[in-house]
Amino acid sequence: MKYIDEFRNASIIKSIKNKIQTEFDGHPVNFMEVCGGHTHAICKFGIRDLLPQNINLISGPGCPVCVTEKSYIDKAVKLAKQKNVIIATFGDMVKVPGSQGSLKDNRQTPDNIKICYSPMESIQMSQENPDREIVFLAVGFETTAPAIASSVIQANKQSLDNFSILPGNKTMPAAMEALLQAKDVRIDGFICPGHVSTITGTGIYDFIPEKYEVPCVISGFEPVDIMATIYQLINQINTEKPKVQNQYKRSVRQEGNLKALRAIEQVFENSSAIWRGLGEISNSGLQLRPKYKSFDANKKFDIKIETLQDNSACICGEIMRGAKLPTDCSLFETVCTPETPEGPCMVSSEGACAAFYHYQK
Amino acid sequence: MDKIKIAHGSGGQYTYQLINDVFVKHFDNPILKKKDDSAILPRKNLRPVFTTDTHVVKPLFFPGGDIGKLAVTGTLNDLAVMGAHPAWLSCGMIIEEGFAIDDLEKIVISMARTADEENVKIVTGDTKVIEKGSCDGIFINTTGMGHLADSINFGVNQLESGDKILINGNIGEHAAAIITARQNFDIRFKTQSDCACVYSLIEKLTDELENIKIMRDPTRGGLATTLNEFVMEQRVGIKIDEEKIPIREQIKGFCEPLGFDPLYLANEGKFITIVKDNEAQKALSIMKSHDLGQNATILGEVTSQNPGRVILKTTIGSTRVLDMMSGEMLPRIC
Repeated sequence: MKYIDEFRNASIIKSIKNKIQTEFDGHPVNFMEVCGGHTHAICKFGIRDLLPQNINLISGPGCPVCVTEKSYIDKAVKLAKQKNVIIATFGDMVKVPGSQGSLKDNRQTPDNIKICYSPMESIQMSQENPDREIVFLAVGFETTAPAIASSVIQANKQSLDNFSILPGNKTMPAAMEALLQAKDVRIDGFICPGHVSTITGTGIYDFIPEKYEVPCVISGFEPVDIMATIYQLINQINTEKPKVQNQYKRSVRQEGNLKALRAIEQVFENSSAIWRGLGEISNSGLQLRPKYKSFDANKKFDIKIETLQDNSACICGEIMRGAKLPTDCSLFETVCTPETPEGPCMVSSEGACAAFYHYQK
Repeated sequence: MDKIKIAHGSGGQYTYQLINDVFVKHFDNPILKKKDDSAILPRKNLRPVFTTDTHVVKPLFFPGGDIGKLAVTGTLNDLAVMGAHPAWLSCGMIIEEGFAIDDLEKIVISMARTADEENVKIVTGDTKVIEKGSCDGIFINTTGMGHLADSINFGVNQLESGDKILINGNIGEHAAAIITARQNFDIRFKTQSDCACVYSLIEKLTDELENIKIMRDPTRGGLATTLNEFVMEQRVGIKIDEEKIPIREQIKGFCEPLGFDPLYLANEGKFITIVKDNEAQKALSIMKSHDLGQNATILGEVTSQNPGRVILKTTIGSTRVLDMMSGEMLPRIC
């Protein structure tokens, strides 16, 4: 099976497109794709080009790099400047601007910042560099949390005392609720994150149709997935029966990935978290449980920092709440570009601004 | 195993020995053997074409090539895509103290063989050795000279609506091979750099076609970036059909989970050619009948719409902007 081709099949997409066109009644609707992976895919495949005019796709706060607060970057930069520290991080974190520049700007030696595909690589780094301190930047949502939790469990098992994480993981449901309560923008449906749901299962969104009567469809990331999801959302609106539907059944099970959930549960507990652009949201972050606190870089190092305000013209916050489009920002494409990002939405390819810059300008 | 010492770059006995035992031995040609400060080249009644490129690659040896082969093909291809017949090369090396002389010799043999296959002579050179830790193994600069027939004058100013855009084969192969070797990925398909000199195919095209508008090799920044370079600040645009972009399934599969876009991956044996509409089919069949062009396609055309832009018609029937690469490609979080 050529998995990609089937989900990029032009004739299937055309038939879904026709169905949407027939069944959509034309009154304007706003569908929010929460996940940055969807933002990227929608722009990359030109999905907007296939939809009737009044179906608006708006980007939510689901790009892990974008919602990482500036003070977090400042802490990472401060750590990177310490002589014996190696910062291990997912790739696109290195470009996010902090008060004193990005991690990339603060590369001290060729090896003080290392890009990893998996947090487990940082365990190997700790073993190979016993005289260095390895700090893994633990960011991302429920998707990255299990692998990060596993690395902490491994470090604990092996009594690696030169390994720690800078906790910054966030969780989705409370942020989605915050958006619904903020009412910056009317949300008529959520395109729910496929990878997050693969870990968590489908239950985390139940409160959205129940309490707010907003339809939810968990979506895959290929064009057929996204088009089918939009069709299901239209359908839910037409039947006035908001519920949680799972379009991404080939990956998402109702109960989620139990092994991954157990790892998260073992290592982390819920905490409030500051989301760049959204502010503090209670119950939307993950912190290390007391048993694993010795792996918290906040405890291990003295990382007092002074964080400067963002450029006042940057509207990343409003963009992440779905209230504005990247093209509404006066800095977009002029001052703020992927080479010189002012705000985090321009950094990651999953950020709404970067996706617009590359694919839609 | 013998290692490079600082003395090998000091200009004395060690340097002399290294030059004789490694460089002159393998590059082996009468001009170099004179060991003069400069190479005197024979007069040619054609326009000289001149280019330079510095090669740094990690790892130094990778499936399909090594830094030596790359240092020759890279510079020769820069001459070739101008339509120039490559003839001469220089070789400047910066070597890290402690570098294995065996590895140096392997690299030099690879350069000599690649140049020889193209009938190009490496006629002058320089060697510097720098302290351990000051560079990453070896850096190689090559300067190339060739000559250009009066009938050949490529330029973006000649692009006009309707011109067809061709590429001589699969994209993304070089970068995938390098990334795989660098990251030590355990993947179950073979990656191999496409690293090759393309002049023999370009010569056929320039001999048989009259209306080649421009050629360029999509190295760093990949296909997408080179296409953008063609139309940047021009009064024409480009429309590309995603379906026609030649790319192996394995490379697509390699890129998807890692978050790379093959359209931005470097190639080392590919070139894009834009020809007038009426010669497109002929260009395609010339490419396809050559070893270096078996998977060639016509992947798009020059348009009067969207001046300065490259527009991609996606496989699913939508269209979008295909932008230049910006910054470095970094793997995404999830």
